[in-house]
Amino acid sequence: MADVAIGGTLLRRRGAPLRRPVSAGIGPGLSVLYLSLLVGLPVAALISKSANVNAWSFVWHDPHTRSVLEFTFFIALAIAVLNAITGVALAWVLVRDDFPGKRIVNSLIDLPFALPTIVAGLVLLTLYGPGSPIGVNVAATRVGVLFALLFVTLPFVTRAVQPVLLSLELDVEDAAACLGAKPLTIFRRIILPAILPATLTGAALAFARALGEYGSVVLIGGNIPHTEIGSQVIANLVENGAPQAAAAVGLALIVMALLVLLVLALVTRRWSRHA
Amino acid sequence: MSIQVRNLSKSFGDFHALRNVSVDMESGQLTAVLGPSGGGKSTLLRIIAGLEEADRGTVLIDGSDVTNVAARNRGIGFVFQHYAAFTHMTVWDNVAFGLKVAKAPKGKIKARVGELLDLVHLSGLAPRYPAELSGGQRQRMALARALAVEPALLLLDEPFGALDVKVRQELREWLRRLHDEVNTTTIFVTHDQEEAMEISDQIIVINEGRVEQSGTPDTLYDRPVNDFVMGFLGPVTTLGGNLVRPHDIHVSRTAGSAGHPARIERLVSLGFETRLVADPGPGADPVTVQLTRNHIHELALEVGDQVYLSVSAHPARLLTALEG
Repeated sequence: MADVAIGGTLLRRRGAPLRRPVSAGIGPGLSVLYLSLLVGLPVAALISKSANVNAWSFVWHDPHTRSVLEFTFFIALAIAVLNAITGVALAWVLVRDDFPGKRIVNSLIDLPFALPTIVAGLVLLTLYGPGSPIGVNVAATRVGVLFALLFVTLPFVTRAVQPVLLSLELDVEDAAACLGAKPLTIFRRIILPAILPATLTGAALAFARALGEYGSVVLIGGNIPHTEIGSQVIANLVENGAPQAAAAVGLALIVMALLVLLVLALVTRRWSRHA
Repeated sequence: MSIQVRNLSKSFGDFHALRNVSVDMESGQLTAVLGPSGGGKSTLLRIIAGLEEADRGTVLIDGSDVTNVAARNRGIGFVFQHYAAFTHMTVWDNVAFGLKVAKAPKGKIKARVGELLDLVHLSGLAPRYPAELSGGQRQRMALARALAVEPALLLLDEPFGALDVKVRQELREWLRRLHDEVNTTTIFVTHDQEEAMEISDQIIVINEGRVEQSGTPDTLYDRPVNDFVMGFLGPVTTLGGNLVRPHDIHVSRTAGSAGHPARIERLVSLGFETRLVADPGPGADPVTVQLTRNHIHELALEVGDQVYLSVSAHPARLLTALEG
């Protein structure tokens, strides 16, 4: 899923390759084969597995499954939006401000990626669970799930926006200032358009990650139906001997992810055509 | 709009970009701030624009103190070396930016942008994006953008520094005409003495954060106050311990009253001009002389010939070369 968004930004810029070596066919051939084995085939298997009227009818009619899918979609969307805001703010502080310990903060950003997600879940449970040292107990609530997802998706937007902010010429902002623009106008009219594609790409990745997250939410979610998200439903269905229904839920998640990535890719393309 | 800069100092860490600089720029004039890279000239321009804050000193525009006025309220047009184009906007939107920010009426924006694009010869490229323009076109767009808000003061920071020689030559002549046409006060920063000499009314030479000299191009060329200004404004060579311009040296085959003997080491033909390098003997640096090709032919000079060098009757300026 992630490849769609990343590919969307990387492949956009140039047209045909400049030169065509003799081995031109081999590289693309191997790449496509590799992708087919790792991505195409499993997805195809999932589709064929879920090609069953009963499985889809289950997804559609089972109230619990439907509500879980809705919750998953909306919480992933919330994660994407929140990350877009906090990620840009974090990237801004790390690029534009100087403060003691900046390098440490910068390396902390990657911690959620480095940590095994179940450990992240454990950490969050220790801090925000029953017996929390700071007196905040969000275990077994949807807020807890939101915390866990925010934690594991933290780096996406920040790391996507940071290099773009770094590459922005300060002269451009000075030019806008000389033309009478206030700081907020400069941000809205000059900076935001420049970082929007990276922000959307990061948010899309965060969305996709939130949609499929399992390890970090399983502990703080408290294993109750109210806090379940898509991946947990799939695990339960497989455990209870309903692989076809599980495949259908999985495919539903994939479709959601693809739809959001597609929309964001289109928006990104529109915005960054001339950057 | 006249500018007075009083006792301006600015440091970046240990680096002193400006040390107690005071200069005046007269209304309606085209002033060049000339000096070597890292000499502080861009810092001076940025402080005048309000893009940089001075550690000490004041900036007066038309007599009023603007030291603490934000850049956006100074009504100054600024052109950057690397264009600073708004890459996600069309040429038209780039030029219209300042007017839109000022919430000018739509009809006025349209008329003004059209007028400016005509002025910079970019009318046909209005719907293009900056990435689709050449360097020279981008800089003309940047100029139109800066002029859109009708600034009384136009500041250009090495405006042609990123362009190739031919385009630079064209644009500098064009800038001079533009300055006369739109009738603003213009200050531009350059490290190219030829550029400064060619188009400016006044030159301010800045080196190591200090003003070395200011005046008309002729004054600076003919009456430099020190070796640095003399060396920076044009070619120099040493003859008999004096710093002179290579075209002020007279070459003769016979020893005159004040002739320095030297042997011709090299003759370099540069079209109209021929450069003669002569060796005045041990302990002295080679002397460079600029002559016309005809002059060389008249004297039938050859490498190895003995000649006598003297400073011509009315040298532009004689300076005693610093020892060492």
